[in-house]
Amino acid sequence: MAVTSPLDAAAIRADFPLLADSERPLVYLDSAATSQKPAVVLDAMDTYYRTINANVHRGVYRIAEQATNELEGAREKVRRFINAASCAEVIFTRNATESLNLLVQSWGRTNLRPGDAVVLSHMEHHANIVPWHMLAAERGIELRWIPLTEDDRLDLTDLDTLLDGAKVLSVTAMSNVLGTITPVRTLTDAARAAGAISIIDGCQSVPHSTTDVQALGADFVAFSGHKMCGPTGVGVLWGRRELLEAMPPFIGGGEMIREVRLDGFTCNELPWKFEAGTPAIAEIIGLGAAVDYLEGIGMDAIRAHERMLTDHALRTLEARFGTDIVIHGPADPDQRGGVFSFAFRDLHPHDISQILDERGVCVRAGHHCAKPLMRLMGVGATARASVYLYNTTEDIDALADALEAAGAFFAF
Amino acid sequence: MPGLEDLYREIILDHYRNPRNRGELESPPALRVEGFNPLCGDEIVVYLELDGEGRIAEIRIGGQGCSISQSSASMMSAAVKGRTIAEVGDLTRAFKAMMSIHESSLGGEAAEPAEVPDVKLGDLEALRGVVKFPVRIKCATLAWNTLAQALDDAAS
Repeated sequence: MAVTSPLDAAAIRADFPLLADSERPLVYLDSAATSQKPAVVLDAMDTYYRTINANVHRGVYRIAEQATNELEGAREKVRRFINAASCAEVIFTRNATESLNLLVQSWGRTNLRPGDAVVLSHMEHHANIVPWHMLAAERGIELRWIPLTEDDRLDLTDLDTLLDGAKVLSVTAMSNVLGTITPVRTLTDAARAAGAISIIDGCQSVPHSTTDVQALGADFVAFSGHKMCGPTGVGVLWGRRELLEAMPPFIGGGEMIREVRLDGFTCNELPWKFEAGTPAIAEIIGLGAAVDYLEGIGMDAIRAHERMLTDHALRTLEARFGTDIVIHGPADPDQRGGVFSFAFRDLHPHDISQILDERGVCVRAGHHCAKPLMRLMGVGATARASVYLYNTTEDIDALADALEAAGAFFAF
Repeated sequence: MPGLEDLYREIILDHYRNPRNRGELESPPALRVEGFNPLCGDEIVVYLELDGEGRIAEIRIGGQGCSISQSSASMMSAAVKGRTIAEVGDLTRAFKAMMSIHESSLGGEAAEPAEVPDVKLGDLEALRGVVKFPVRIKCATLAWNTLAQALDDAAS
């Protein structure tokens, strides 16, 4: 069965300076860690610095006003991209990790009492585990864990029991290790029915498919800019307005205040209440350009392209290596994104990625900031390949060729 | 650009395929110390028995990791067996000096330690190429850091 893609990935590669370099062609298969950046994003940041560099929300002079307009324009682009009801609900952070820490420290500290339960899953990234551990150690809250099925999906058999009396459900929309796409709507509906708020880690889902935060039914969604063609240093926290209104600020300083006196302060309104200090202006503008770029291509087309690549990867690797390769995660391309953690013969992931690097093939080796999941899988580390809009079936074939070379190198 | 042959020397692959002193010792009486590389998840367990004269009478290596960390541990176990704690200290310093030459030039920190013990590294020399692959230096030093921890524990 031939599977086609609506995208011309070869043409898309030309938009990315690092991929367009023919001197040393790169087979970049680590977009789950960070994506490459198109020239339009780099240009947007460069133009800010070269033509309108000024602090925002302060000066009345021309370039200060332009910088402020550009920054708030980027917020509107992000709002539209995720279909948030209002820009007041779109908070810029450093990354998704900071977004989640903000929630734990602000919402968590205000609302969680000793004995309260927070429900997470076994496939969470450390960023959605450690902040809760930190609060749990201090507050005596209970962490509960949604287990996994044999085929690496969330096992929802006892979800209602886990949610019984819980105050929070915080889960990923897509595993950065297994590629598993989780049933977000089912999860958020169950949380609401149980009286818990729901938080979605959208790091791996927002860059790769259409996101409608209102349709997800969640209370909060966190994601990073640098995994969606944007720069590092900017992330997003979306939250329902009434919840954000009721939360205390996370970091204090300039921008987030309305009034400061010797005996206290009052907060600025949303979203600036949660944006103390000078923001990452150039990066936020760059993220706005990334959103424009992704929308120009179309998120549904990107998802369809990655589904095609996923299908090709699963078929190719199995056809060429059979039982020598174990690919983790669901076998059905409809239930997973383009992230493939695998074990190849008895080669250590470090050695695999070292040999792949010789051929310009970039994959990640390690625990992917998901040590509880690694422990559950019974491995210390995996090699992981992940795809994005600029990858081609040739990239997957190059991975397969490089794996064959690695196998030959370590044959004994 | 350094090539794979700089990293994966034949002697390294031999220790990886046929690790020396692999296994466990009953603990106690043996010392048991675990070492982790939090970046990649590699772990190593060093089991150690000292004799009455402060020599390493027995050593066993457990855990799992990449070819560099496993072969380094294997070579280390062969190199330190039968040596006194003082000799092992010298060997450790010499090995780390070999590993840190490039580490320090990269980090711009203080250069080579002033005094590197004059000891023969033997097979361990094969790991010299690892310094051309800075990410892998921690793989090569994991076993040595774990052994140093074990000897510290023994002394206290």
